[in-house]
Formats: sequence, C-alpha cells, structure tokens
Amino acid sequence: MPDGLDFEQRLVALENELADLRAQEDSPQARERIARREEQLARERRRVYAGLTAWQRTQVARHPRRPHTRDLCRLLFDDFIELHGDRLYGDDPAIVGGLARFEGRSVVVVGHQKGRDTREKLARNFGMPHPEGYRKALRLLDLAEKFGKPVVTFVDTPGAYPGIGAEERGQAEAIARNLRAMAALRTPILAIVTGEGGSGGALAIGMGNRVLMLENSVYSVISPEGCAAILWGDAAKAPDAAELMRITATDLLGLGVIDEIVPEPLGGAHRDWEGTAEHMREALRRHLDALRGKSPDELLAERYEKFRRIGAFEEASLPPPR
Amino acid sequence: MWFRREAPRRKVQIAEGLWVKCDSCKEIIYRVEVERAGHVCPKCRYPFRITARDRLAQLVDPGSFEERNAGLTSADPLRFRDTKKYPDRLKAAREKTNLDEAVITGLGRIGGFPAAVAVFEFAFLGGSMGSVVGEKLARAIELAIDKHVPVVIVSASGGARMQEGILSLMQMAKTSAALERLGRSGLPYLSVLTDPTTGGVTASFAMLGDVILAEPRALIGFAGPRVIAETIRQPLPDGFQRSEFLLEHGQIDLIVERRDLKDTLTRLLAFFADQPDSVV
Repeated sequence: MPDGLDFEQRLVALENELADLRAQEDSPQARERIARREEQLARERRRVYAGLTAWQRTQVARHPRRPHTRDLCRLLFDDFIELHGDRLYGDDPAIVGGLARFEGRSVVVVGHQKGRDTREKLARNFGMPHPEGYRKALRLLDLAEKFGKPVVTFVDTPGAYPGIGAEERGQAEAIARNLRAMAALRTPILAIVTGEGGSGGALAIGMGNRVLMLENSVYSVISPEGCAAILWGDAAKAPDAAELMRITATDLLGLGVIDEIVPEPLGGAHRDWEGTAEHMREALRRHLDALRGKSPDELLAERYEKFRRIGAFEEASLPPPR
Repeated sequence: MWFRREAPRRKVQIAEGLWVKCDSCKEIIYRVEVERAGHVCPKCRYPFRITARDRLAQLVDPGSFEERNAGLTSADPLRFRDTKKYPDRLKAAREKTNLDEAVITGLGRIGGFPAAVAVFEFAFLGGSMGSVVGEKLARAIELAIDKHVPVVIVSASGGARMQEGILSLMQMAKTSAALERLGRSGLPYLSVLTDPTTGGVTASFAMLGDVILAEPRALIGFAGPRVIAETIRQPLPDGFQRSEFLLEHGQIDLIVERRDLKDTLTRLLAFFADQPDSVV
C-alpha cells in the first residue's frame, strides 16, 4: 500500500511482509508464519485504530484510497445511472448524482466526488463544488420529490470552492437554496458523511431526516488547517485545531448533530471497501425502511424538529416587556 | 467564517474628536455631519458600519419595537479555548457592545407595517452566528408565522461562529428551514445585506429573501476575499464581492442608500400587504 499514513507505518510494513509471505511457495512452515503475522497484524490494527486522534481520523477521512461516491454507488447499488448538469450553466464534476436501485427499490443519489489520481483530482476540483454542482443536486432533489423517491446523499468535500467564478455565479445562494429545498422536500432524505464534511459546502447536501457518519469521517464548520491559521496564524497546528473543534463522529453524536455512526472495518474503509459497503448497506436498509412508512408531512415535521433542536444556549427568564 | 485577527478595524473613528476621516474617499469630515446623515460620508455617500441599536432606530417606527428573547446567551458547548477562553470573548463582546448577543430580534413597525425584525451587531464577535443567533432568528421567524407578519433581517456578519464548531454550522439549516415554513405560510421575507455579509450567513438566510436589498459597496460573499486570493493566487478584480458586483451578476435585487432604506422597506411591505387601507 503506497499511501500509508504516518501512524500506520507499522501496519503497512506488516501488510507488505504478509503479502510477500503469501507470494512465496506454499509449505506448512510458510502457512504457520502467515498465521502468526495475520494475528500480529490484527492486534496492531486494533491498537492503532482504537486510539485515533481527531487529526489522525481527519487523515483517514481524506485517505486517497478511501471509497468515494462513485465507488460507493458501484458497491452499494444494483444499478446506477449517473445524470449530468444543472440545466443552467454546466456540469460540475465535483458533485455526482443519479438514479440508483438499492435492493430492488429506486433511490436518487447525490454525492461529492473527489478524484484519486492527480489528473482526476484536478478534474473534480478536489471535491470542491461550484454553484453548478449544488444546482445539479437541487435538480435531482426536485426529481426525487416529483416521483416520490427517497434521496441518499454522500458527503465528502473539503468545502465549497472559494473562487471568482463561484462567487459570480452565486455560491452562497446555491447553498442556501439547497438548505431551503431540503427543508421542504416531501420524500425521505438520508445523508451519510463518508469522508470529509467541510462546512457549508457539505451541509448543502446534508440536511437529512437521518444524518449518519462513517466511523472515521469528520464534519466541521471549518477545516482544521483553516481553524489553525485563524487561531494561531499557522496551518501546521491543524492537529490541535482538530481536537479543539470536536469533529469526529463520536463528538457529533454526543453533540446531537448526527443520529448514528456506521462502523468501518478495522483499519479503516480504505483497507476494506466491501466490508465498509456491508455496514453501509445494513444502515441504508434499516433507515430507508423506517422512513418509507412515513407520510410527507411527518417527514417534513421530523426534519424540521431535528435541525430546530440543534444548539446549546442558556435562557434567562426576563420580566415581561414594559 | 468570522474571526478576529487583531484589534478591530474601525471604518471611521466616530467616537472621538470633532473630525473623522472617511475610509472610502479619505476626506476629513465633520463628525456631526456624518451622524446627521445616518453615519454616511457626506462627501462620497459611503455608509459606515453602524450599531444594531442605531440601525433599529433608523428603520423601525419610534416606540414600536418590542424586543424578544433578549435573555438567550451562549453556552460553551465545546469548552473552546484558543488564546482566550470563549466565555471570556463573550464577556468582552458584551461589555463592548452592551448587548448579550450578535443579533437583536423582536416585533416592530416599519412605516406602519408590523414585522418581525432582526438586526445584526457586527461589533459583537463579528456578528457571527452561533447557537443563540440561530435560535433567536428561528424564534423570530416562528413568531412572524404565529402573528402572520413579514420578516425583515438586516445582516452584518462574518458567518458561522467558530467557537461553537459544528453547532454553528447547523444554525444555517435551522434558519433556512424556518424561512421555508414562513414562505409556506405565504409571508414575505425581506433580506437586507450590509457591510459585511459573508460565510454561513450569506449561504443560508441572507440569500433566501423574497427580495434581497443591499447597502452600497457592502462586502457580500460566500468565501472571504483573503481566502479566495490565497486559493487562486491571483489578484481579485476591482469591486469584487461588493454590492454593485452582486447586482451586476444577478445575485441581489436592489442597492438602496441608507437614507432611502426605510422608505424602500415600507413600499415593499405595502406591496406584500396589498391592503390599501392599512397604508399609513
């Protein structure tokens, strides 16, 4: 594995050693060594992944081999037809969406899309959408409502793109409009943060009746680097900022922002796509089943209450106004 | 995203001295004249940043404003501490502004028309939106639905409040959802953008107005100009992200000078009310 993270070096070494052993000639001794190494590797994975810091999780969430939206579509759905364009200006490759079949039922899918190699990363603008991307998402939300289909979204972006064209074409308006549209949508929305939940650019497709996070994903109001640059004038202090902001799935569950954590296989989603998909299928099935029985009015009321409740404040009782 | 890098930059030093220098045209101007013009430069008509109280006084009919939910104050859910503790920052902001939070909300009349009104105080932690700002706005919008009156929000905010982390982000969802309900009730929302309106505030309620007005030359955008310049490594075009730029790009409806703002809001409210006998 060429993309080992710092804290995974020992893991990667063991994995490489194991691969070498497996490539060697088969013998009882070799099999025994393989078994020993496998045990050692499992122990090491448990040790490393049991105690990930918020910053380490951020790195896992951004891992270049982590399954991205199109990978997940392939893994989770029996069929997926990608639809393109916002019908207004262009087709933003940083957001993909389309029509999918999940275990025999139709769902509309929208997700941020990062690239894997340099060429694709550039083509997909590192998963940072322009307004066109959000407007494509909006068009797909409308389509879902028109035909009474549930919506599944995959959230994985560093944030909405900060650029001249994005501002000229109304980045803020595009995000705001999606928030309002999701508040109004009369079919179920299930949002899953699969990697990086970067601020308003993430929330713009993330207002679900249920909001789930993969175990090693993160979700924050600003990137740890951005936060560190602001607080200490030094983006290199991102690890401290990551801790300070409380961005892990466990943090967000505790703050009442998400409903559930979807477990990842030991060693992270990037090590085991199929294992990750298995957990996600189970969660999708259960939540879509639960939401399917609800009327549009119930869905709207529940979604409203869900976001209406989020926040922390104190309320003094004041004398009535004179 | 709001933050403060150093001491606050004042657009104009109104508090001291008889004379002030306009940040825009650099003219030295007589302080009383600036104040008389509603804190607008008498030479170049540049609107200086003003306090929420001054803004309310300019817009709302005298004696008509009833503040609501003034008793909501921020908790410290993340126990956030950088160079200062968040509660200490809040305390300093309260002392500086004499307000408990970055927005004042309530019911009032504008040109005789009743409305739920919310006005931001930029001097309070950059007008940033945390849980209290989101809650006060949501309550004001729900009150408007209950009383069957329009909503007017005057924004001046750097965006989401970093010190409340993800909870601040979620206020974007909360306020947008409340406005969706308002719209479904057939009630109008007039959004007034003033200098500056950026980040999560722009990307939620501020851009959702049925009519979106802006003061001249206000900075309005999603990302801040510094972040954009660093990302694209190019100089930004002249006038980028100013009201006039947004108007030209079809993002806002109207640019209104401060002295005309109350009258314009009144005319808009009259349009939506469409009851000739209720016009003052």
